Amino acid sequence: MSIEVQHISKTFGAFAALTDVSLVVPDGELVALLGPSGSGKTTLLRIIAGLEEPDPNPDSGILFHGENVARRGVGQRQVGFVFQHYALFRHMSVFENIAFGLRVRPKNTRPSKEAISAKVHELLRLIQLDNVGNRFPSQLSGGQRQRVALARALAIEPRVLLLDEPFGALDARVRQDLRQWLRKLHDEIHVTSVFVTHDQEEALEVADRVVVMNEGRIEQNGTPEEVFHHPATEFVMQFLGHVNLFRGRIESDHAVFGPWALQNSGSAQDGQEARMFVRPYDLDIHTADDGRPAMKATVTRIQAAGPTAKFELLDENTQPIRVEMPHDRFRAMNIAKGDQVFVSLKDSRVYVEDYVI
Amino acid sequence: MRQPFKQHSVIPGFGVTLGFTVFYLSLLVLIPLSALFLKTATMGWSSFWSVVTDPRVVASYKLTFGASLAGALINAVFGFIVAWTLVRYSFPGKRLVDAMVDLPFALPTAVSGIALTTIYSRNGWVGCWLESAGIHAAFTPLGVGIALTFIGLPFVVRTLQPAIADLDPEYEEAAASLGAGRVQVFLKVIFPGLLPALLTGFALAFARALGEYGSVVFISGNMPMRTEITPLLIISKLEQYDYAGATAIAVVMLVASFAILLAINAIQWRHVRRINGRG
Repeated sequence: MSIEVQHISKTFGAFAALTDVSLVVPDGELVALLGPSGSGKTTLLRIIAGLEEPDPNPDSGILFHGENVARRGVGQRQVGFVFQHYALFRHMSVFENIAFGLRVRPKNTRPSKEAISAKVHELLRLIQLDNVGNRFPSQLSGGQRQRVALARALAIEPRVLLLDEPFGALDARVRQDLRQWLRKLHDEIHVTSVFVTHDQEEALEVADRVVVMNEGRIEQNGTPEEVFHHPATEFVMQFLGHVNLFRGRIESDHAVFGPWALQNSGSAQDGQEARMFVRPYDLDIHTADDGRPAMKATVTRIQAAGPTAKFELLDENTQPIRVEMPHDRFRAMNIAKGDQVFVSLKDSRVYVEDYVI
Repeated sequence: MRQPFKQHSVIPGFGVTLGFTVFYLSLLVLIPLSALFLKTATMGWSSFWSVVTDPRVVASYKLTFGASLAGALINAVFGFIVAWTLVRYSFPGKRLVDAMVDLPFALPTAVSGIALTTIYSRNGWVGCWLESAGIHAAFTPLGVGIALTFIGLPFVVRTLQPAIADLDPEYEEAAASLGAGRVQVFLKVIFPGLLPALLTGFALAFARALGEYGSVVFISGNMPMRTEITPLLIISKLEQYDYAGATAIAVVMLVASFAILLAINAIQWRHVRRINGRG
């Protein structure tokens, strides 16, 4: 079941939460809405679900598999919605929670008692919590509650599954596990799913497509590789991981940033300001000047725990620079805090007023 | 394994606070109430029995407990609506309405009694309408019920308000997204979530109504066997210097009220235990 969002805007008083947002989620995909808080991602999810009404606009629409559902209430859209804080009914057991969506159906479409029980047990197996059916939500851990909330949403056989910050309230380890589990589950059941997150790692790791949002607009919609390696805007570049910013300008067909000059392939005029973004692992450190264009810098901090060795440097203008490199290279180099080093460039992205070199 | 009576906690002062609690409750509640029992004991079993089963007294029990129960039930329903409106919606004059809820608390009960009697009597503002419909309000058991409803309202509203404010709309949204209709959302999600607070409010309103005297004696007319409430009988026995007789009736009231409140609390504890997962 594909989801299509057409020209949706939403204002709360004077605050524009969404500005003319359009989006297509292809059938069977797992899509992440990624953005900082206040970017409108949760509002968009709630509008898709029918929990929030978009601003009236004749061009706007919400289509499930080509069928406009904008006029339907949340109960008629057949969406599975998983809330950030789970919203499990506290006075019902896990079994009753999961069965809720089936038990509230009108008599003529309600499954029999046995069918409901079979369905709930099937879902309990799916979430690997076969033996907690009789417990109450307060007796479960956060990760277990999250899975029960998911099972409850899946019980109604939703056409689309919507998850609001599904792992937001969990600790780091449980988050990791649940992330992989969600990905696996999606590969099994293939229901079109959209989840909201502010954690870029989570989005990149789990989703088929990542929709990066900022200030009520979509900045970029692409595969994790696309948004990470070919960010469309400065915002996307900065939001997806650490980044170093260098300011420079266009001079005689080159973008010049201190010692570095990059060929200007675009139509930028001389004298225009340019900004260069470099990921920490796209910078290289060496101890001697080997002829490559390099910036002199002083090492102020070395942090060698974690998957890579991280360096904090200050350049000659006391601008901080972050560099990352593999541990084996770091050990071979023998750098210590306070050393003078040379920083050279492996890869970068330059932005000049609205376009990318 | 038996738990030790005193449990170590990082929060200090268990001994001091428990000691104070027992002392304070004894001073204010237990000692005066035990005096009640001691005084009653002076009259002997047979005279005790004849006083408390006197037909006039029994009729007053029926009226007091019946009207209190009716009042508390009415308050549970309408107090719920008032509390819900005050928490969930905003409208002009909301603060004024919110303050008005407390008036039955604040008014001297005699004043409310006189006011109610004036309004509900045969030629009062409301009473004349009821009269034309053939309903007599003042000086009937119905009037007693009206007075007891009036004084109980704040208890239900004030206990429900924080509970409703705590009830995250997410629960309703979750239920709606699972296909539940409005009535189902209310019956299966909202109501069970608020039941403990509603029971507390109900119990408080009921207890308050059982002991109410001032506002009732004006509107009831105090006709023996018909509109006499038990507290009034106690007062009249006191006025006749029949102290033992007064305390005898008081003991019955006390034991019955305590049993009822304990039962309501037990239901509530069970429900809360379920929610908190220690059941």
